[in-house]
Amino acid sequence: MFDWVQKFANWLVYHVLGIASHSKLGDTINFFIFDTIKIFILLFTVTLLMGMINSYFPIEKVRNFLTKRKWYGLDYFVASFFGTITPFCSCSSVPLFIGFVKGGIPLGVTLAFLISSPLVDAVTVAIFWGMFGWKITIIYVTSGIILSMIAGFILSKLKLEGLLTDWVKTLLAKNQSMENDSIDVPESFIKRVPVIIKEALGIVKGVSLYIIVGIAIGGLMHGFIPTGFFEAYISKDNPFAVPIAVLIGVPMYSNTAGILPIMQVLVEKGIPLGTVIAFSMAVVGLSVPEGLLLKKIMTTKMLMIFFSVVALCIILSGYIFNLIM
Amino acid sequence: MNIKILGSGCTKCKITYNNVIEALKETGLEAEVVKIEDMEEIMKYNVLTTPVLMIDDVVKVKGRVAELSEIKEFLQAKN
Repeated sequence: MFDWVQKFANWLVYHVLGIASHSKLGDTINFFIFDTIKIFILLFTVTLLMGMINSYFPIEKVRNFLTKRKWYGLDYFVASFFGTITPFCSCSSVPLFIGFVKGGIPLGVTLAFLISSPLVDAVTVAIFWGMFGWKITIIYVTSGIILSMIAGFILSKLKLEGLLTDWVKTLLAKNQSMENDSIDVPESFIKRVPVIIKEALGIVKGVSLYIIVGIAIGGLMHGFIPTGFFEAYISKDNPFAVPIAVLIGVPMYSNTAGILPIMQVLVEKGIPLGTVIAFSMAVVGLSVPEGLLLKKIMTTKMLMIFFSVVALCIILSGYIFNLIM
Repeated sequence: MNIKILGSGCTKCKITYNNVIEALKETGLEAEVVKIEDMEEIMKYNVLTTPVLMIDDVVKVKGRVAELSEIKEFLQAKN
């Protein structure tokens, strides 16, 4: 699919710039140009697609969908699935959480949604695709959904309702209607397209600097670190690699765009893929700023339980990846 | 006219607020602009995603940044 980009990069680096092919410098620049173009094409396409799907399934519809009938456990899947295609600013976590629980969606299902939404977002999917190919991307997305379902289910069994902060408990106890008075004017799809394109461009613009820096560092490592370099240090057999990767990843925030291009090179140089996937999940799925936001609705104890359960699920999936791949 | 911006103070909320101020300046219209950042206060408006732009207590834009051009249209429609 991206042969033409590779041809263009080859042509530009080896012919126009006149750098010898198979030289370290040539490889590095070629890698940088190829990856940058490829990632930006994918990034725009995926964010646009998700934007379109999202304009048909806005969050209000997802909530109504989840509250309108009995799901017998299938709601964990529905919530996790919609979480992947529904982007929201992390600052919306609190209103979303309260809106969902107040609307009658079980706490575990709501948490499943909150876990899957940042875990599988357009930017991560696009970069994964560009860096590791569509097969691994599908595995990532599927495991993201399964992980959210399982974590949500475990959390529901822990009976955390009592550990919500007081103002949330009071708010949930009040019998206030959740119907919004102001109903959106339904717009035709054509009318929404410019807004969707604008939003997609906005997302791409927001992460572009991270990506370029990430690819540049990745390019340098690609050209100058020998293949298999890390194998001696971080092998598949090292049982601590995955938990350590997750522990490092949890406090980091929103830099997947910059981190994944480096990760790809690390995989190429010998770090197991499962370890890398677990690390990226930890970076996007859990973070300090998110924790601070969630502190508004969760007591410290509940927040610790929430982070621990999700982190454990991520570590587990890292091990499983390393086993099967 | 009363304009409310609901959001917990994230970047998107700030951009929306600045856009509103800019739109008012460019259209020369006057309005009372209120920034609501307190979560408990925000929840009274039954919104799921922030930032939210409300003009005279009607939700105009939610879950994303309200663009300058959009806001100007809303303002002029009101006038």
